[in-house]
This record gives sequence, C-alpha cells and structure tokens, in this order.
Amino acid sequence: MATPTRPRPSQKEPKPTAATGPTDRTPLTLITVLILAVLLQNPLRGALSSPVMQTWTTVFVAVVVQAMPFLVLGVLLSAAIAVFVPSSFFTRALPTRPSLAVPVAGAAGAVLPGCECASVPVTGALIRRGVPPAAALAFLLSAPAINPVVLTATAVAFPDTPEMVLARLVASLLVSCAMGWLWLRLGRTDWLRPPTHPSHEGKPRAAAFWDSVRHDVLHAGGFLILGAMAAATLKAAVPESWLSDLAANPWAAVVALGILAVVLSLCSEADAFVAASLTHFSLTARLAFLVVGPMVDLKLIAMQAGTFGRSFALRFAPTTFLLALAISTATGTALL
Amino acid sequence: MTRQAQSALLFLLGASLLHAGTTDLYLRYVKEGLRPLLLLSAAVLITTALATLWYDRKQDRQPDGRHDGKHDGISGPTKTTTRPTPHKPPRTTWLLTLPILALILVAPPALGSYTATRAGTALQEPYAYDPLPPDNPLTLPLTDYAARAAYDKGRTLKNRHLRIEGFVATPPSGPPYLVRMTLNCCAADAQPVKIALTGEVPPVLRPDTWLRVEGTYTPETTKDPVNGALIPYLKVTRATPMKPPKDPYEALAR
Repeated sequence: MATPTRPRPSQKEPKPTAATGPTDRTPLTLITVLILAVLLQNPLRGALSSPVMQTWTTVFVAVVVQAMPFLVLGVLLSAAIAVFVPSSFFTRALPTRPSLAVPVAGAAGAVLPGCECASVPVTGALIRRGVPPAAALAFLLSAPAINPVVLTATAVAFPDTPEMVLARLVASLLVSCAMGWLWLRLGRTDWLRPPTHPSHEGKPRAAAFWDSVRHDVLHAGGFLILGAMAAATLKAAVPESWLSDLAANPWAAVVALGILAVVLSLCSEADAFVAASLTHFSLTARLAFLVVGPMVDLKLIAMQAGTFGRSFALRFAPTTFLLALAISTATGTALL
Repeated sequence: MTRQAQSALLFLLGASLLHAGTTDLYLRYVKEGLRPLLLLSAAVLITTALATLWYDRKQDRQPDGRHDGKHDGISGPTKTTTRPTPHKPPRTTWLLTLPILALILVAPPALGSYTATRAGTALQEPYAYDPLPPDNPLTLPLTDYAARAAYDKGRTLKNRHLRIEGFVATPPSGPPYLVRMTLNCCAADAQPVKIALTGEVPPVLRPDTWLRVEGTYTPETTKDPVNGALIPYLKVTRATPMKPPKDPYEALAR
C-alpha cells in the first residue's frame, strides 16, 4: 500500500472551501493507488497465482464479502440507535441496578439476528447512549451466540445431539453475564476509549444518520479487513493434520479448539457446521469452539480495538477467552 | 483522509460488492442465500457515499451553517459550527482498498485442489436416503453419491449408470480424487468431500480440472490420510472435461 496519510497542518483550522489546501491530497493518493493497481494488474495476478496465495486471496475475499452485509446491518442499527432512540429509553428499559441490568442485557442479545460483526458497532452505540458498559458488554458477548438464527444452525448441524443447542445457550449466557459482572467489579472506564463519535448536535437527523453510518463503516471496516487477513493466513498456511494429534487428550482438545475458534474467525452462523465436522474431538471440546468463537476471534479483537480502544481489547479478549473455556468445560461436563 | 476520499472509498466498496452480487462472482465466496443482503449492503454503502457528498455540499453553500429547517428536528436555526469537527478515521481504513482491488482486479477463483488435499473429507452420515429418480444416466451431486456409497453400502446405487461432476485433486500418493467443496456460510469454512477414481481414469489428470465423470458404484473404500474418514470409490467408464459450474460449491447433504 502506498503511504496513506500525510501530516495535515490545516486540519484544525476551519476550512471555507473543500477543494484547496494540503488536506485534500488523500483523494489523490486514493486515485494513485487505484491507477497503479490497474497498471500493475498482470504482475499482480502473477504474484497471486501460486496455490497458497490464491487460497489466501479467496479466503480473504470470502470473509470480507460474508461479513460486510452484517457489518452494514449492525452499523445501520447503531446509527438508528444513535440518532432516533432517546437515551431515556434505555434507562427506562434496563433495571437501574447494574448487577441486574447485566443479565437483562445479556438475554436481550437474543433479538439481534446476526453474527459478531454486527454486534460491535451496536454495542458502541449503546455505550454512547448511556447504557452501563457492563450491560452493553454482556450484550456484545451474548448477541452473536444466542440469537435464533445461530441456535437453529446449531440444531441443524448437530441432529443427533440436541443438547448441544441448550449447552451453547447456557454456556454463552453464563460467560456474557460473568464478564458483565466482572466488569462491574474490576472494570475501569478509562480502559474504554471515550466516545469519539462526531457530535450529532445541530444537524438534521438524516445528515446525522448517514454521518454515523459513514463513520462506523470506515472505522470498523478497516479492522474487519485486518481480521480477515489474519484468518486467511491461518486457513491457507496451517495444515489441518496438526489438529488430529491434539484430539486424544481431553484437556488439550478443549484448549486446541478454543484457539482454533479464535484464529479461524468464523461467522457465528456457520461455526456449528465446522464444529460438527471436527469428529475427532469430544462434544465438550466442540462446545468450547462454539462458545469461544462468537466472543473472541481475530476479526473481533481487531474490531473491538478499533471501536473501544487497544487497552480495552487487550484486557477484555484474553479474560473472555479463559472464562469461556472454563464455563464451557463445566457446562459440557454437566449437559453433554 | 478527507471526506471526499472517505466517500470515494465507500462508493468503490459498494460498487465492488454490487459487481460481485450482480454477476456470478459472489458464488465463488459465499452461498447463494447471501445475495439479497449483499446487494442491500452495496446499496447502503453507495447511498452513504452520496449522502456524505450531498450534505457536505449543502453545508458549503451555507457558510454560516444555517439550516433550512425543513427536516431539522433537533437544533435551533442559528448554529455557528460549519462542519463537523475534523474526525479522521484510523489508518486501518485504508485497508478497505484491498477487498476492492481483490474483487475488481484479481477476482480470486473458488477454492480448489490445494485446499482439498490439505483438509480431510467432510462426509457425514445423512439421516435418510431419498429414493432416486429413474433417469439414465442419473446425474447425482458428488456429496450425495459419497454418502450413499460410504454409509448405505450403495444400496440405492447398484446397477445404475451415474454421472457426477467435480474437480480433480491428486494426493501425494494413492488414487486421484474427484472433489466438490461444500459450503456452510463462506469459503472460509469450505470443506472438501472426496471420491476416489478407479476404472478407466484418464492417464493424465491435472489438478483443478473440472470433469464430468460417468461410471458405476463400487463397494471399495479408502481412508483419507488427513482425518481418517471414509472415501468411497467410483468406477469410471468415461470422463470428459467440462467448464466449471456456475456455483462451484455444494451444500453438505444432510
């Protein structure tokens, strides 16, 4: 990629017109990048023609094409929350005691029918609208795992073990509530990046709505690409046979599938089918895969770092991962 | 990144998704069912780009920032801020050019033999075997043949003249495979289903060539070296090269 940004001295000064000044070189950079890419089309294709690179590009594009509609859905919803829903709605809808608001928000995750790419911008909008962060985070974790679309997919993928659906629901809810309560006790607001959204004050609602959509797509989108690149690298480079050796040891199996869920960054609507095909592994290990995947994965970590800040993501993701492994092991032992 | 560049990026992203969704290109990466959502998100991205430009132009025309008040529910008529505070997106936003370039210039192919030989066959025992139509030759999805041959002892396949389509994958040792990748959501979760070829197999087989194979059931099976799952054989009587199908993936038979 060509050098993307330049120092912009006039950034803070008010700009009367849009067509002058050093600030406006970015369209030029964009155009240069595009023209160069068109001119170098053939060498570019040649470089990508080896099987590894081809697989990488295909998986990368596939993750982006799959995730983008859900990201856009989440962004539209978050823009609607930011612009059309008054803050007072949430204070009335949620119990005032934060420790009670956590499970309510966790259970409310069941109504967002999408995968994890949608829940990050929505959670950002909820926090900005005054929802306690603990409750919003419980929603962030539960929404991609316990909505009807995902649970139905799980039931279809595991026709012989319907307990899997219940186990996934229970374990995911427990983890999201536990993380919410943990945030209440230990969380510090300065870990969360202060809301850096453009202010909607003094703008027509439609302008504010589209401004919020533009902002969220560009913010979360870049990080989504970063996650897609990481997932494609692992899918194209790591052979599956490494896994079979780990399946024999029950503890190693749980940890291995937990890590696999993080690196594969599958869409939560599809992960059940992949889990079903990992037949070497115990049901508990596969439950861990299904619980960890929608809560912690490379794509999500990148998007959370982009939306809530790096210091938040670096604390939140590993804690969620460990808690998800522990709770799914316990749930799996009890139910499966 | 200026607002014009942001609009341009959003517009191009929407346009490349629109391009993928209106041609058969998207079928290389995702399931057919995603198409409406894909087109919708492309439309939203393009609208966002145009709306950003439009509102910026409108604000530039009113340097005092006065709104016309027609659809202004929140603010008073005399706000003095002309533009939203410059709030630049992070540098990672530039990464959004990558999928645009990849979709429009490279258009990577559907997953093929490289992935198929590295991953174990994803064949699973189906709940039931539907009766087969009396066609002759009978065109059967590869995954359907594999399930009936591996788990139903070919009960419904005996004495049938079969026609199956797939691409060639050649493992380091053993017989060549005819493969279809199966998709649940997107190509990131694609898994191969393989059948091994015996009988009159063409002497030279290039990986990733699409073949229309005619043949008959044979009870022979082998094990996938990657995950130890069953791979049934097909006794080939004729194999003809074919163009890759519109949708290169199959849904897993269940």
